[in-house]
Amino acid sequence: MSEKPANAPEQAGCRPRMTLNLGPQHPSTHGVLRLMVELDGETIVKAECEIGYLHTGIEKECEQKYYQQAVTLTDRVDYLAPLANNLCYCLAVERLLGLEVPPLAEWMRVMLTELTRLNSHLVWLGTHALDVGAMSVFLYCFREREDILRIFEMFSGQRMMTSYFRIGGLALEPPRGWHGVVKKFIDAFPGRVDEYEDLLTRNPIWLRRTKGVGWVSLEDLLDCGVTGPMLRAAGLAWDIRKAEPYSGYQRFDFRVPTRTEGDVYARYQVRLEEMRQSARIVEQAREGMPSGPYKADAPKVVLPDRERMKTDMEALIHHFKIVTEGFRVPAGEVYQVVESPRGEMGYYVVSDGTARAYRVHMRTPSFGNLQAVPKMIEGRILADCIAVLGSVDFVLGDVDR
Amino acid sequence: MLPDSLREQPVPAALEAWDPAAIRSGKWDRGELTLEIAPEKIVEVARYLKQEQQFERLSAVTAVDWHPAEPRFEVVYNLHSVGRNQRLRLKCRLNGQAAEIDSVTAVWRSADWYEREVFDMFGVVFRHHPDLRRLLMPENWEGHPLRKDYPVHGYKYRYADPEG
Repeated sequence: MSEKPANAPEQAGCRPRMTLNLGPQHPSTHGVLRLMVELDGETIVKAECEIGYLHTGIEKECEQKYYQQAVTLTDRVDYLAPLANNLCYCLAVERLLGLEVPPLAEWMRVMLTELTRLNSHLVWLGTHALDVGAMSVFLYCFREREDILRIFEMFSGQRMMTSYFRIGGLALEPPRGWHGVVKKFIDAFPGRVDEYEDLLTRNPIWLRRTKGVGWVSLEDLLDCGVTGPMLRAAGLAWDIRKAEPYSGYQRFDFRVPTRTEGDVYARYQVRLEEMRQSARIVEQAREGMPSGPYKADAPKVVLPDRERMKTDMEALIHHFKIVTEGFRVPAGEVYQVVESPRGEMGYYVVSDGTARAYRVHMRTPSFGNLQAVPKMIEGRILADCIAVLGSVDFVLGDVDR
Repeated sequence: MLPDSLREQPVPAALEAWDPAAIRSGKWDRGELTLEIAPEKIVEVARYLKQEQQFERLSAVTAVDWHPAEPRFEVVYNLHSVGRNQRLRLKCRLNGQAAEIDSVTAVWRSADWYEREVFDMFGVVFRHHPDLRRLLMPENWEGHPLRKDYPVHGYKYRYADPEG
């Protein structure tokens, strides 16, 4: 045989290396990530991420739509935390407009965004544990997720793409009876987190698969653009809700959990503790929820009530104007950041004074976090790669936009 | 030249003292600090801000296309310092004919994908980038979708007209 096999060693004396394509269609890549790994035996020598399979041009689309129409696009960016996206975009445009939202809307935004965090972390925990081999955790997590989706449906009529936050407040008045439903869920929730911990925290297989895996130094994480729970698991107590409070987060009492180990297990611990803290915030927001209007009194920006349009000529005109022409936003630029379940989410919105955004750039947490993945898996075995991918908790819609 | 209103602020003042030619203009708007930097100085300024002023994080790199105005492109760097709890935006204006700027990947590794994305979407070339390829669009794609003269439906396909 004179022909060399395809995976022949490049240098004499080396073992043959194999290049393996993980994805873009692979269950443990949680979407359409393509990971190309070069293997020496079972050890990963080199890894490279290929993205763009879910690129939908949302940023371009935002330039074509009126400001208020683009809210529904932001849901689709990080589809596991749509309300965090809504919030970030609305806050950015409200800052450009100089618009204040009423207290009820602020508190409701905090409460629902924290429920979104729970929702997102539950999907992460379920799928991550499933990847590593613990099937039943998935069923437990999706049981609670269903309750949260029912709450979202009660508020907005939608389970996932709620678009419930609008520029200037909320889309609809909070439904009757929401207090009882949220209280019932949040009273039971800490016990549910205990159940997940019973299944995993001291589970020997879970410990063997996650402890000491995926470690990268804090400096490298910062340098690679990693944010959110992964940084906190490496020891940096930085949470945007505390550092640069928005939407009234300074009113709430919660802790920023940190670990110092920086491995997959530490990330698991940080996120579980975050779920407990989020539940505390939801409970505080539910208890202290102020009354009053749910949207700002800004007739040229916020749509009027349906009932008022039937009797009030002015309301009808405003409705017609906003729907057909949008509203003008003063020229300028803002970079609004929020702490999404995955880390720093930033909307850079540039206005040229018209009714459409001139440029919207979404600094999404998954994009930054994914850049650090090759560093976490190079030099480790292939099975660790699956555990690391789960612990990064990226959403491909969030990466590709 | 740094406007007088910004001389009180420590970061712009320090940067001005370090290299008077680096800052072209600046503004403080809606609680955010923006500095326009001379494009040829961007790497030195970035290194100075990271090493001397604690801006250890590059939050994002993006661009804005002001077509048909010239200079056409604005490359925007959103920096963040966890220690100072402060954000800073740097801008470089580039001509449409020579949309090239030095890469800051040597200062912050996170710039890698962000610069590739800007190259992909706007066609701005980052000199000395280790691996400047398209990131999101297919490798053989023609054009740069986020440019203002790029139609929303693209050049190639026509959806509306069944005859075309």
